Amino acid sequence: MLKLEKRPSPSVMWSRATPVLAVALTMVAGGIMFAVLGKNPFEAIRTIFWDPLFGEFAFYLRGQLLVKAGPLILIAVGLSLGFRAGIWNIGAEGQYIMGAICGAALGLAVFPTENRLIFPAMVVAGALGGWAWAMIPAVLKTRFNTNEILVSLMLVYVAQTVLAMASTGFLRNPEGMGFPGSRNFSGYAAARNGFLWEGAGLHWGGVMALATVVAAYVLLQRHMLGFQIKLSGQAPRAARYAGVQPDRLVMLCMGVAGALAGMAGLFEVTGPAGQISIDFNSGYGFTAIIVAFLGRLNPVGILFAGLLMALTYIGGEMASTNLGLPSAAIQAFQGMLLFFLLACDLLTNFRIRLAKKGEAR
Amino acid sequence: MFGGIDPALLIASLMVASVPILLAAVGELVVEKAGVLNLGVEGMMIMGAICGFITAVETGSPTLGFLGGAAGGAALSLLFAALTQVMQANQVASGLALTLFGLGLSSLLGQNYVGIKPPHTGAVPFGPLADIPFLGRVVFGHDPFVYLSIIAVAAVWAFLKFSRGGLILRAVGESHDAAHALGYKVVRIRMLAIMFGGAMAGLGGAYLSLVRVPQWVDGITAGAGWIALAIVVFASWKPWRALLGAWLFGGITVLQLNLQAAQVGIPVEYLSMSPYLITILVLVLMSSGRGKAALNAPACLGQNFHAAR
Repeated sequence: MLKLEKRPSPSVMWSRATPVLAVALTMVAGGIMFAVLGKNPFEAIRTIFWDPLFGEFAFYLRGQLLVKAGPLILIAVGLSLGFRAGIWNIGAEGQYIMGAICGAALGLAVFPTENRLIFPAMVVAGALGGWAWAMIPAVLKTRFNTNEILVSLMLVYVAQTVLAMASTGFLRNPEGMGFPGSRNFSGYAAARNGFLWEGAGLHWGGVMALATVVAAYVLLQRHMLGFQIKLSGQAPRAARYAGVQPDRLVMLCMGVAGALAGMAGLFEVTGPAGQISIDFNSGYGFTAIIVAFLGRLNPVGILFAGLLMALTYIGGEMASTNLGLPSAAIQAFQGMLLFFLLACDLLTNFRIRLAKKGEAR
Repeated sequence: MFGGIDPALLIASLMVASVPILLAAVGELVVEKAGVLNLGVEGMMIMGAICGFITAVETGSPTLGFLGGAAGGAALSLLFAALTQVMQANQVASGLALTLFGLGLSSLLGQNYVGIKPPHTGAVPFGPLADIPFLGRVVFGHDPFVYLSIIAVAAVWAFLKFSRGGLILRAVGESHDAAHALGYKVVRIRMLAIMFGGAMAGLGGAYLSLVRVPQWVDGITAGAGWIALAIVVFASWKPWRALLGAWLFGGITVLQLNLQAAQVGIPVEYLSMSPYLITILVLVLMSSGRGKAALNAPACLGQNFHAAR
């Protein structure tokens, strides 16, 4: 029989290798799933992972990669700080929606004024919206000891209702002839989040995501606060003795995650989505959880994980148009990835040994 | 009669509305009593909903459908059990993975089943009892699963309180090291508890797709699994209080639907977000001040066990 032996400290080698191993295993298991669905697994995997990068339409799809990866990275970096400290904010989807609504509301309120400051102000409003939405679970946790997992998740459903109200009610386009959805920002230059140059795929959200990765890296590696975050996650009691105030950390981690998610929402709604509509949010807040773990809760790792996850989105869309692969299959595929990742983590923390025969277990 | 809402009908539909979350909450309560925090209730529920729906439609038998739902939930929970109990993965992350995967897989499985009507689940024939004015409608007019869910509460309560097995389960949840030292198979007991929780969540999900809605729609659970988790906290890990919590929640759901239909002055959106807001409010009340639900939580909740010796 096999026996697990805890490593004195996590293996650095395995911690780098497990995401790669997990991706490989997911491709195998996903291939089996595609085969069961009656598709050629090799073709499906190639369409998802290879064609967007090097295929016929790669010149366009590579840009799309950044469009999709931007919000994922932005949200995931924020979440990873909390996850490291043992603070489980899983309501990023709600913070993303609220950020988008707040930022868009500001932009729509001043329509059609043209001023250079409008877009930056909208970004700030978006961040504030996400921050405020994240502060609800944070304050309830610190003041009333309420479980932040459940509260932040419940607020996603509330945010979705608010979104429905916004797109059919208070933010509806007055010239939209009664159709739901706000004014489209693509026709409003001061508030538009266009590509920085033609066909680049890089908009301000992508720039912000890159900046956040760098900032988070510096914070975690070089700053006292980063040390406190890591310490609180690994040894909460030791952290308290070292003078870390857990409540402050909760407010900070939730707040940063909320602000980043809110910003991501604003960049999305003024850029790729174009308008507040009832379903502009494409579940990025939840996928970002997978991204955060796939990136090992490490900013640089998250950068790569976000790009990879964006690849599965784009490849998945291609597979669904070209091969008729159902889009839900991609969602299951992404979930599978998280499973394999968590399972492979065993190798980071444990050694697998052969147990002696007859030993009582 | 008030505002066009019939109280007997309201109570009767409250009981029906509370069944899915009650079944899932009772299952999760046992899991958490064993010291495992499975946040994948939502995923297991929706898997139960689709597996139950498919089985019922294909076989034409609602009973087999419910069994299929329970099997689907249990099968998904086995994945969680393997991850957390064998692979020593983080329970919070694994539970989230379960939910994300379950949502994706269910919508994949269900794509050919949209818009189909499942076979009808009949009411229990109580004969003349069902004709009693008020009482007949409230108590004796339901399908078997309404009664089954209440029996499940009683059974779990009795099991945890009076049986040796329940004592062992609680010991594992309170101190896995002590239980291990006494020679109990911590991992095996936890795995069984997780599978029970999965089967119950699956049953609750199947009830949603076969009786409550009854049809298959993507994301049919709409947070019911998360509310079940909140109810376990609300109940401070006591089965009868979970029943109370589920009824309270079912009552709010039904009331807001009735108010939507009655077209009172409150906008529909405020009504439809009310169950979630009230769940948050209840969590706050239970977790703070004298309530201190956290004090009653199993001591090893969410911690992984690895037998070092």
